[in-house]
This record gives sequence, structure tokens and C-alpha cells, in this order.
Amino acid sequence: MAPAAPGARDVAIVAFGQSDHRRSTDELSEVEMLMPVLHDVLAATGLKTGDIGFTCSGSSDYLAGRAFSFTMALDGVGAWPPISESHVEMDGAWALYEAWVKLQTGDCDTALVYSYGKSSPGSVRDVLTRQLDPYYVAPLWPDAVALAALQARALIDAGDTDEPALAGVATRSRTAARANPHAQLRGSVPHGDYVVRPLRTGDCPPVGDGAAAVVLAAGERARRLCERPAWIRGIDHRIEAHGLGVRDLTDSPSTRLAAERAGVFERPVDTAELHAPFTSQEVVLRKALRLGEQVTVNPSGGALAANPVMAAGLIRLGEAAARIHSGASERALAHATSGPCLQQNLVAVLEGDPR
Amino acid sequence: MTEVLKAPLVVEFPFTRSLGPVQSAFLTGLRERTVLGVRTADGKVLVPPVEYDPVTAAELRDLVEVAPTGTVTTWAWNPEPRRGQPLAAPFAWVLVRLDGADTALLHALDAPGPDAVRTGMRVRVRWSAQRTGAITDIACFEPYDQVTAHQAAAHTGEFAGEAVTGIVAHARLDYTYSPGRAQSQYIHALSGHKVVGERCPSCRKVYVPPRGACPTCGVATTEQVEVGPRGTVTTFCIVNIKARNLDIEVPYVYAHIALDGADLALHARIAGIPYDQVRMGLRVEPVWDDSDKDSRYPDHYRPTGEPDADYDTYKELV
Repeated sequence: MAPAAPGARDVAIVAFGQSDHRRSTDELSEVEMLMPVLHDVLAATGLKTGDIGFTCSGSSDYLAGRAFSFTMALDGVGAWPPISESHVEMDGAWALYEAWVKLQTGDCDTALVYSYGKSSPGSVRDVLTRQLDPYYVAPLWPDAVALAALQARALIDAGDTDEPALAGVATRSRTAARANPHAQLRGSVPHGDYVVRPLRTGDCPPVGDGAAAVVLAAGERARRLCERPAWIRGIDHRIEAHGLGVRDLTDSPSTRLAAERAGVFERPVDTAELHAPFTSQEVVLRKALRLGEQVTVNPSGGALAANPVMAAGLIRLGEAAARIHSGASERALAHATSGPCLQQNLVAVLEGDPR
Repeated sequence: MTEVLKAPLVVEFPFTRSLGPVQSAFLTGLRERTVLGVRTADGKVLVPPVEYDPVTAAELRDLVEVAPTGTVTTWAWNPEPRRGQPLAAPFAWVLVRLDGADTALLHALDAPGPDAVRTGMRVRVRWSAQRTGAITDIACFEPYDQVTAHQAAAHTGEFAGEAVTGIVAHARLDYTYSPGRAQSQYIHALSGHKVVGERCPSCRKVYVPPRGACPTCGVATTEQVEVGPRGTVTTFCIVNIKARNLDIEVPYVYAHIALDGADLALHARIAGIPYDQVRMGLRVEPVWDDSDKDSRYPDHYRPTGEPDADYDTYKELV
């Protein structure tokens, strides 16, 4: 296998674990929710916490309503004797990116990446308004569904989709989720009333709590830890202007650029795990990534089946890797997003060894 | 299993933000019923204006005035307005490209129903009666039939009266906080004047207060252990600053206390002894305030009168 770029180290996802995603887990603190997932990935690799070279997590204080909430979750990692650790106030997919960079430096051979989010203590629609431009936008409190609905209307006006097609995305996702024991919404889900028109309840993700973790390893270490490592052949993330009215909401140039830099367009992928919390966003991403009908999109059910905020993006990388691990996929694309209307986007290409 | 505790938690803050020259001019302009944009090097007019070009990152200072009328570029019907949103009755969220601008502004549109809204419809600003220099000085947009040609005209950004140089962004989020299983049990036990910790199945250490996990081993702690009530002062400080809303006289002593049977010190106030006589190794016990039925914590700890603990018995906990 040739390295992704001159001088780059081969790095793979060698284990993935996630919680059962549920509407509410108030009997569990965050660390209690997270710990079984950490134990799953450690058990899968046979590593102990002390063996891990670098640990990086993603979460948000605004979900918990408490400052430095991630420090409590560290109890689940076993941070004594001291460990090399970092945190991003973002989806865990970006924590994975940081860990990948750390592995590229040659500082360590293994990394533990985890993320978690409990949306149940607050109102996630309101909470997400706090990530918006504080001068011009946040004072109006446009919630996450409202902004996604503006994007959906723009797509419909452009002729890129219509309401029945969006309902089709919802049905396909939740039907696929039947095979996913961790998913929160599975099978037949009514398309429902308008939440913010043109988006109905069926077009929106479930609100829930959950956690995910992966282990990354470099080179030969990855082969020793996993029978069929999911090699990260390329990974990149890009951002667009924060002003919604500056952007063409029917397109996602940042996703396309990240995909280009990650090498997506060099050869076809067979699977794509897209982080599209709203049905309309899948339409945008398929277009930006030029995904044809031959690509299996979101066999896990995607974020429409389980959307633990801050973990749903990392889960896309994990689900794509799991398909490589099992042999169901040879070359998979994983995408994560953050911010309103697909503002920030991360794309990775995962491959198994040729068979 | 004891019931998991829950309590309302409100996080509320008035975030004070200062404005740069362009945002300052824009918000001052809204106060004076004037909408300003900023022109980029290639001639595009951005409304709302920003200080740096989103494409080239070049500094932008070339202010222009645009019309208070414009065209809806996309919209979404909001049947159930939420707290803080511009209108209380159902309304449409809209992106509006004002006449003379090349980009769109997000706001609300007052319309009788979704059938009265479409992309491309003409709208105009409805100004708030009370304007302070904020985006909410635009109360909302309203339908407006006329089409008027409008060219963005250069503007100095200066207005009569004082310029708006900052905003106060009020934020409030409501939560229902639950501390989870381990801490709920700890708090339940306290209301019976008992202090419980949890033992790690791996290293056998007893953590108090318990958080459900051993921070050293990274495993769940489940075995409940009653600790104390007596303990040893492992370290302390003398507080000389009186806290607001606290009627404790200064100076007083705040200490780390290793309760008997615990492997982690918790902290509490020491009383019943002159502040300058508190010392490491002092043996103490909790004093509960029975007059306060809501109190779930010892009011303070006081000396037991026992001989001081030997340093070796608590040195690991300092």
C-alpha cells in the first residue's frame, strides 16, 4: 500500500464502538454513558489505557450547560499517570483529525478518539443558536431546523429536490437503520407535520444522547491490532463563509474541496457515510461529492436514525471503518459536518488492504 | 437503586461585545433607519457588511448605503415561534437581498401564512419603534409590491449622535440537570447525614464524592462505601476575603479533609477553633445545621479533640 502523500505515515482506524443512542439517558452522567464505549474499543484492540499514545475528545459545554464539562469525562480514560490528551469543542470527527495529525508527527503509534453528547438536558434547537454569528444572527434565535429549512427551500426552488424526494431519503435511512442495533429511530417513521416548512418531523434527526470512540494506529501497529485495518488514505476539512446570505445554500463547495484534497475523486468509492442530519442536506452532499446510484449511502441509517450531537460525525467515520473491517466495503467515504447548513465539512477516504 | 436527582438549571449571561468600524457603522445605521453594506474590491456589495472579504480576506472599509427594500432569496415557514425570535405569531424566516446588495440578510417576514410567501417576493424593512443599534432594530420584513431601481451609494458611515460601539447579546438556555447515578446516591446519603463513596474494583481506592468512574483506572465504580464521619485535615488555607452573599466572618479556614476510609480528600470549612490554630493532621468531624432542612451538606467541620494524625497516615492524600 502506498502512503497517502510523500512522507505521510499510514494510519488506520482499527476499532470503533458506539453507545445505544436514546432520547434520554438522565440516569447516567456523561462519563457513565461514555465508559462502556471506551472499554469496547480497548477490548477490541487488547490495548490498555496506559498503552495509548494520544487521546483526543470532542464535545460541547453548551449541551451540558456547564463549563469544562469534558474534564469530567476524562475520568473514564484513566488519566493517571498523566497522559497526552487534547480536546476539541466540536464533533469528534475533528478530534480524529487532530489525532491523525499527531500520528503523522511520529510522536506516537496509537490514539484513542472519543466524543459524546447529551442533548436531553436542554433544547438542542436553542443550544445550537449559540454557535451563530453573535452580532447579526444569534440575537434573532433562528434554530437549527429553521436554518436547515431555508436550505431545503432553496434546493426545492432550484429543482434539486421536492418534498416527496425528501420523504424518500428519510424512509431509506430509517429502513437501513433496521440493521443497526444502536440506532434511535428505526423502520417506519411517519413523515409527520411541518416543523419549519418545508421540513417535517421525518426530515429532521432524532434528538438524543450518545457516545462513540475509535482507536487509530499507524503502520505495522495497525496490522497487529486489527485483522483488516481501515486505512485513512486521505482526510481534509474545509469551512465556508459564516454569513448564510453569502453562500449558495444549494451547494457545498467546502465538502467538494475537502473531498478533492482527500483523494475521493481519484477512484470510485463503494460506500458513503454522510453526516446529513436533515434529509435536504443529503441532496446537497450527493451533488457536491458526485455520488452516483451505485454508491451505498448511509447503510447505518445515518444521522436521521441517530444524531447524538458532537458524536454523529465521528460515528460516520466509525461506521465507514466498520464496513472495511467486516469486508463489506473496499473503499469508503466518510463525511462529518458542523455548523448551520453544512458550514464546516470533513471528508475522509478509508480503504482496506487489497484482497 | 435510588432515584436519580433532577433540577432546573438556567444558564444566562449578557455577553458584552465590542464592534469593529464596519459593524459599528452598520448597527449605528440601523438605529437611524439606514442600511449600510460594504463594497469588495471586485465591486460586490455585502449586506450585512463584514470587515474582511469572505473570499480574499482583504480588509473591507468601503461603506455604501442600500435600500430598505429587497427580494426574498429563500424562506421557511415557522408555525411555532420560539422564545427570543423576532415575532410571536407564526412568521417566515427569510433571506433577503436588499436592493443594491449582492448578498442576503437573515430576518423574519411578517406574513399571514405560508401561501403568502414565495421566493422572489418583494419585501421592505419594518423598523422597530425603539432602536438601540442592534439587528433587532429591524423588527421584521413585510410584503412590499413595488420594484424600485437602487444603486448602492457611497456612505461615510457617520451619523448624528453617538456611534454604537458595542452590543449586549443576551443569552439564556434552560436545562434540566441530572448528576447521574453515582452523584445522586451521594446526595441522597447526605440528606441522611451520611457520606458515601465508591470503591474502584481495580485499585480498591474509595472515591468521595463518587463520580461513577475511577479516574486512575478508567473503570466504573459501583461498590458503595460509607466513610467518615471523622477525618483528617490534609491541607488548608485561610480565607481573608468576604464573599458576596456569604455571612461567614473572615478570616476563616477552608480545608481538604480526608474522611476515614476515603482515598480522596474533599473540601469544607473548619470552625470551632481559632483560624490560626488549624493545622495539617488535625482530626475533625462534621457539624450539620439542623435548622436548615434543605441543607444536604455539613455546615462545617470542627475538631474532635483526638490527637493529631500521623503524617504518614495521610501523606498520599495531600
